[in-house]
Amino acid sequence: MGKIAKSKGVSYFIESLWYNNATFSMVLGICSALAVTTNLLNAMVMGISVTVVLLISSTVISLLRSIIPERVRIITFMLIISTFVIMVDFILKIYLPPVSKALGPYVGLIITNCILMGRAEAFAIKQPPYYSFMDSLGSGLGYTLSIMVLAAVRELLGAGSLFGFQVLGESWEGWGLVMIPSGAFFVLGFYIMFANMIQRRFINRETK
Amino acid sequence: MKMLILIFFASVLTNNIALTYFLGMCPFIAISKNTKAASGMGMAVTYVMVITAIVNYTIYTFILVPMGLEYLAFLIFIIVIAGIVQILEMLVERFFPVLYVSFGIFLPLITVNCAILGLSLFMILRDYSFMQMIFYSLGSGLGWWLAIVAMAGLRRMLMLSEPLESLGDAGITVILAGFMALSFFGFSGILPV
Repeated sequence: MGKIAKSKGVSYFIESLWYNNATFSMVLGICSALAVTTNLLNAMVMGISVTVVLLISSTVISLLRSIIPERVRIITFMLIISTFVIMVDFILKIYLPPVSKALGPYVGLIITNCILMGRAEAFAIKQPPYYSFMDSLGSGLGYTLSIMVLAAVRELLGAGSLFGFQVLGESWEGWGLVMIPSGAFFVLGFYIMFANMIQRRFINRETK
Repeated sequence: MKMLILIFFASVLTNNIALTYFLGMCPFIAISKNTKAASGMGMAVTYVMVITAIVNYTIYTFILVPMGLEYLAFLIFIIVIAGIVQILEMLVERFFPVLYVSFGIFLPLITVNCAILGLSLFMILRDYSFMQMIFYSLGSGLGWWLAIVAMAGLRRMLMLSEPLESLGDAGITVILAGFMALSFFGFSGILPV
C-alpha cells in the first residue's frame, strides 16, 4: 500500500512538473514570468517564493478541505494565500532588501497568480495533503525552472552576464531588445515553441 | 493639471498595464479570441479598476496608514476587490440586464485578475494623490481595454495565416503581444517622462 501511494505521489509530481507545466503547457502565471525575468537572481527568488507559498497554502487548503464551505471557497483560498504571501514579503524585505525592491509589487501579486488559485481549485480541494504537497512541489519547481530559463536567456543576451557576473566578455554590448517588455514576450513565445517541440517528440517516442 | 494629463496618457499608451507591466495576462490570452468578448472583459476591468482603486485608496490613506497597519494592505485589498466584484455583479444583474449580458458574465473572473490588485499596489508605491489616482486608474483600465481589443482583432487575422504548428495557440498569441508591445513602445516619444 505504501509503495502504491508513493508512486502515485511521484506521478502527480511529474505530471505537474512537466505535462501540466504552468508556463508552457497551460500558460498560467505568466505575468510575473514576464516581469521579473530581466535578471536571473530576481527570477530565482521569485520562483522560490512562489513555490514556498504554493506548498504551504495547498497543504493547508487540503487539510481544511472538509470544512471549507463550497460557496465561499474562492475567498477562503485567497485569504489563506495572502497570509503566506505577506509572510514571504516580510522575509524578503528583511533578508534580501535589494531583491525585494526590484521585485516591487510582483511579490504581492503572487496572491493573484493563476497557478496558486488553479492548483487550489483543481487539486488541493479534492485530494489528501500528501498528494497536494507533491502536486504543488511539481508545479512550483516547474514554474521556477521555466522562469529561470527565461531569465538566463534574457540576462545573457541583454547584459552578457549570469547572476550579475560577466560571462560573454566586455566586447558584448548587450542586445537591447530582449531587455524591453516586448523582448520578454518574444523570449516566452519561443520558449513555448521549443517546449512544445520537445514534448511532441517525447510523447511520440513513448507511444511507438 | 498638466501632470494629470501626463499620468493619463502615460498609463494608456507608454506604460500600458498589459504590455509594459504584464498585468492581467491570463485573461489577456484566454479571452482575446473574439472582439466582442474581449471588449466586454475590457469594459468590466475598467469599471472595477476605477471603483476598487478609489475604495482601496480611501481605506489605505485614512485607516491603514494612521493605524500603522500598512503590512495588512495585501489582505485588505484582496478582500475589498472580492467584495466589490460580488456586489457589482449583483447590482448589474438586477438593474442593468442589458449590460449584464455584455460584460457581467466576466465579473467573477476579475477577482483573480492581477491587473486590479497590481493597480492598487502600484498606486500606493508611487504615492499618488487622490486626483492622480483617479486619472491613473482610469487610464490603466482604458489602456488594458485597448490592448485586449487590439489583440482580439489581430488574432482574428490568424485564421488567414498558418503559424508554426509547435507554437500553438498560446505561443503565437504571446509573440503577437510582443509585436504589439513593440509598437506601443514607439509611443514613448510623445511624453517627456
